[in-house]
Amino acid sequence: MSMLTTMSTGNMQRIGWAVLIGALLAAPFAIHSGRWMEFIELTLFAALLGQGWNILGGYGGQYSFGHALFFGTAAYLQALLQYKLGWSPWLTLWIAIGGSVAVAAFVGFLSFRYGLRGSYFALVTLAFAEAFHVLSRSLVSVTEGGRGVQLPLNQDPEQALATFQFTFAGPFLSEAGYYYTILIFLLIGFAVTGWLNHSRFGAQLQAVREDEDAASALGIDPFRVKMSAICLSAGVTSLAGIYYVQKFLFVDPGIAYGPGKSVEALFAAIIGGVGTVLGPLLGSAFIHIVGEFAKETIGAMLGDRPGVDLILFGIILVLMLAYMPRGLVGLVELLWRKLITKRGGGNA
Amino acid sequence: MDFLGISLPSYSLETVFGSAISGVFLGAIYALVALGLTLIYGVLHIINFAHGTLLMLAMYAVFFLWSVFGVDPYLAMLIVVPGGYLFGYALQRSVIGRTSHGRDEIILLTTLGVSIVLENFALFAFSANERNVQVPYDFDGIDLGVVYIVWPQIAALVGSLLITAALWCFMRFTDTGKAIRAVAKERQGARLMGINVEHIFAVSFGIGTACVAAAASLLAPTYAVFPQVGYLFVLIAFTVVVLGGMGSFVGALVGGLVIGVTEQIGRLYLGESLGLITISAIFILILLFRPTGLFGQRL
Repeated sequence: MSMLTTMSTGNMQRIGWAVLIGALLAAPFAIHSGRWMEFIELTLFAALLGQGWNILGGYGGQYSFGHALFFGTAAYLQALLQYKLGWSPWLTLWIAIGGSVAVAAFVGFLSFRYGLRGSYFALVTLAFAEAFHVLSRSLVSVTEGGRGVQLPLNQDPEQALATFQFTFAGPFLSEAGYYYTILIFLLIGFAVTGWLNHSRFGAQLQAVREDEDAASALGIDPFRVKMSAICLSAGVTSLAGIYYVQKFLFVDPGIAYGPGKSVEALFAAIIGGVGTVLGPLLGSAFIHIVGEFAKETIGAMLGDRPGVDLILFGIILVLMLAYMPRGLVGLVELLWRKLITKRGGGNA
Repeated sequence: MDFLGISLPSYSLETVFGSAISGVFLGAIYALVALGLTLIYGVLHIINFAHGTLLMLAMYAVFFLWSVFGVDPYLAMLIVVPGGYLFGYALQRSVIGRTSHGRDEIILLTTLGVSIVLENFALFAFSANERNVQVPYDFDGIDLGVVYIVWPQIAALVGSLLITAALWCFMRFTDTGKAIRAVAKERQGARLMGINVEHIFAVSFGIGTACVAAAASLLAPTYAVFPQVGYLFVLIAFTVVVLGGMGSFVGALVGGLVIGVTEQIGRLYLGESLGLITISAIFILILLFRPTGLFGQRL
């Protein structure tokens, strides 16, 4: 009986994933409203940030408060190498990923080598993000300082693919090019977390999260595992930085290293459910819908002023931490299990 | 002068000394802000991310008391300090205390959530504009030869030292102070002795918030207030507390002064913008190499 239930749950999951990915792939053909596509795109972007955080925070239990570090490093490398040296974006993206991973390895080495855990790790990542924030603002000759880096807009459809810019890329790509970019990046994030769910490394990482001492007693090297996790996490997060620069053709110190992106990543992952594949997407979708709703209702009532959406997100975050620490995924699982047991009970 | 291949401007000893002195005045405020943070950590064992945001709210309170009712920012202390205490007490009782179960990162996240709510409330209600309290004695002061010190800076130093001393006496000699120390040292034992631990937690949070309210009063004449001002201060306060040792009063005072002086000298040599890197650098180095800080006993 229980075998049957789990098997059917597994199949249901597989079907669910196929439907979800199919729907995401088909979205540009079904939705013709530019505003809605933009909305979905930004949802996927926040989901990707959350997924990057989730690899280290959710699966590894190392809560970073400065994930903007990896987003911003990739964004700056992607922008600066094109802007200053005129390199192809298809080349710079590898350097952006590599640079972001290198920063992660550096921060990870220092933190984990000296055994920083819990809040201390959170604070040190925050401090590194702030240090990079100050550096990117101050080293004007390298980063253009507070003015930021503005990439030239390519208006030649022939060059659209070569410049990785889809604004003038012809009828289909100009609508959906960036959407598919972020979708592919997010699917990579899904693949990585899916792999963590089933692989030996993922099991080791989760063992370290649950109890580091017990894990090392079992022959797992927590330092090595955490180092791999932070690098993997930075790699996925760096994709968000690359997307951001190609889409908006702009980056400045506040966007790259300010607390905004770190918080966005935390929101998506924690509200959705830490340590789950689907959590960040669910969380991101939820907060974007709430944000849009808030803009439509409260914003319309009190005039369009900034801050309303973040007030709501903050309240949701605190409520989630208090009453639903497993996030929306936990809630969905709970409801699902109730449904299954009701059905199973009826059959037995 | 050369440092790591970057040529630094060279200054006379007087200039450096002058920077150090203005750093002491600045550091006194940092110490007062950090005092509240270290008290909350010492008793509740939580790192309060919302600390800077509470400072920001108190600064707005001081500003509006001045701009609407014409209350002098120093006199405003009589209103914002009790107000801060009550706000902190209520915040701990109604929100943070309820959610603060489990791992310390979760509590840190809760206080982050609170700070996001409050910061964006300020953004929503008061807009992102910088606001300044203007007092007639803004630019009066004394010339120390190497540096010109204005009265608000002197008030900040003296006020911070007095408040630190008062708090120390309170912790030392009153029953509530003893109860707070008992809870900080041995939570279960204190409970068995009939101390209402939840009440003491909230009292400590209230006092911590009252400290930032006092700091807000002292800061008002020299600092502009805007919704994100708390983020700047919370990073500095974390650095001070980590440097001085989590939970240590003396540590907060010494740490505050050290950070103030370092920041001013850093600004002198590295410029207004890059000078701030010294704070992050100290923070990272202390966290990595001596997370117990200078005066801390335990993690």
